[in-house]
Amino acid sequence: MKEITYAQAICEALDEEMERDDNIVMLGEDIGFIGGNFKCTVGLLEKYGDLRVKDTPISEQGFVGMGVGMALTGLRPVIELMFSDFLLVAADQVINQMAKIRYMSGGQANVPMTIRCPIGAGRSSAAQHSQSMQAMVAQFPGTKIVVPSTAREAKGLLKTAIRDDDPVLFLEHKMEYNKKYQIDDDVEPIPFGKARIAREGKDITIAATSSMVMKSEEAAEKLAKEGIECEIIDLRTIVPLDTETIIESVKKTGKLIVADEAHERCGIGAEIAAAVADDIFYYLDAPCGRVANPNVPLPFSPALEFPLIPSADKVYDKVKTYFK
Amino acid sequence: MKVKDYSKEQLTDFYETMFKMRRFEEETFEFYKKGMMAGLAHLYMGEEAVATGVCAALKEDDYIGSTHRGHGHLVARGAEIDRMMAEILGKETGYSNGKGGSMHIMAMDKGILGANGIVGGEIPIATGAAYTIKYKGTDQVAVSFMGDSATNEGTFHESVNMAAAWDLPCIYVIENNLYGISVDIRDVTNTPDLAVRAKGYDIPGVVVDGMDVTAVYEAAKKAVKRAREGKGPTIIECKTYRWQGHHVGDPATYRKRRSETEKEDWMAKCPVTNFRKEIIEAGKVTEDEIKQLEEKVEAEIQAAVKFAADSPYPDASEAFTDVFQEGTL
Repeated sequence: MKEITYAQAICEALDEEMERDDNIVMLGEDIGFIGGNFKCTVGLLEKYGDLRVKDTPISEQGFVGMGVGMALTGLRPVIELMFSDFLLVAADQVINQMAKIRYMSGGQANVPMTIRCPIGAGRSSAAQHSQSMQAMVAQFPGTKIVVPSTAREAKGLLKTAIRDDDPVLFLEHKMEYNKKYQIDDDVEPIPFGKARIAREGKDITIAATSSMVMKSEEAAEKLAKEGIECEIIDLRTIVPLDTETIIESVKKTGKLIVADEAHERCGIGAEIAAAVADDIFYYLDAPCGRVANPNVPLPFSPALEFPLIPSADKVYDKVKTYFK
Repeated sequence: MKVKDYSKEQLTDFYETMFKMRRFEEETFEFYKKGMMAGLAHLYMGEEAVATGVCAALKEDDYIGSTHRGHGHLVARGAEIDRMMAEILGKETGYSNGKGGSMHIMAMDKGILGANGIVGGEIPIATGAAYTIKYKGTDQVAVSFMGDSATNEGTFHESVNMAAAWDLPCIYVIENNLYGISVDIRDVTNTPDLAVRAKGYDIPGVVVDGMDVTAVYEAAKKAVKRAREGKGPTIIECKTYRWQGHHVGDPATYRKRRSETEKEDWMAKCPVTNFRKEIIEAGKVTEDEIKQLEEKVEAEIQAAVKFAADSPYPDASEAFTDVFQEGTL
């Protein structure tokens, strides 16, 4: 065991994969000389050289599209976008090209590329640097979407993402980067589509993504003292989605809350609630609940931002509504 | 160079490719008129010299990125025309089993990284292929074909800038047919020549007569040589014209704004028939030899038409394959 930050865990995954496979090439803004805006690529330029760790100009559509071309011609590009909000700048290449080329080619071509970028609010970064893009991209078939929780999860899932032969969107939570975690010296790739039971409980299921897993764990500690046992499911991936694990849990607890930091409207919570209602409606003791960002852009002032962000307290409050 | 300076084999190759493209597109138009084809197709008629001249300068393992008006590029790169036609008709035997259609034909075994439905969408993709080449250190090149209007997309500037900064072996071929659907490029762009944009990136930019296959070929050869030597990208602008509208359903009446006879004037410069006449008159090939070549191509075209028409449609379940390695998720 060792103590490292979430950003270091990501850096270790990149380093270990690059060491293993020469076809892995990284492109992105500020990933080379300064080791990344969030320090996820520190030391990699020195170790692998500037053809494999390429500082790009501010041309998101251009270098994401280059990643697609590199993936089609035998490389395994890992592209860093400084903020997930910039997916919108590169949207044509992400959604019309990367996600669809395999399908449009009738399976002739694979696009084994990974786009890494941070999601989440909490840094007074305002409306264009605080969004969480998982649900928006999930609307379009063709991209696997990863929402890792802890440092260990991020490391294991990133290895799987890089080795996957399909496009993967890997969404890191920017408020996690500097947090320290105890992790094993060696972390194996973690398979996609298999959720993790982060905490077992019998009274209510909380299906959570990204840092909402840890926030839910914090809430669950407090709730346990009041006699409410939460079962927390770390979804790990949105596409593929492990509905089986959610359904098995809800069959036991009869109650479901989905905790995801993206905006509530048309979000992951709505998707999972519909899937559960479709499948096991009669097991539900109550309607499915959601903890998510309200449907307003993220504001700048901490006085405005923090009250909006889904927190451990909000998860706690939401759970309490089921046990009046 | 004049045609007399080329070998007979080279000249007949040029002609065969251009004639095949022309006949391919005429038959595609027939599919539409007869109601055999769903959707639309963007025909390459009139622009044959561009793809022919550029692709003649390439080796087997080079890459090309293509556009919505892509049939000509694919024919020039040696894609199988029967599977192309089958794809255009949405048949199971098409390159993409009917999932792509005219605008998305891809032939990975020929280095064809795909036609593309988004104007400018393919430019960074071809540039990425050039990055792979640079990374692997091979002497391949990548060609990015685009229309005039794609040069006003951000992807063009972003890609050319990176290719220039990093000396990537990419050749940007602008097929300037003057129109983006109905909009005249001259009304929305301040420079009559688009290749001048190369100056902004400090790379060579050349303007060539896109109706003259040897002129295109010579420009492409020079650009390809430069790229293979690791000296970086070139922009080649080919002045050309499309005989038909933007797509098969577009009568293109908008093209009379500048001159009543604009289309006829360009058609007088036909790259296929003029070249035929020129090589016969230069004594490089006889009328009989050309006729034999045309018969051979015609038989191939007719076989492809029959193959496409006779092929079955895919089973509806085919829609659920190829999204991911695992099918759907």
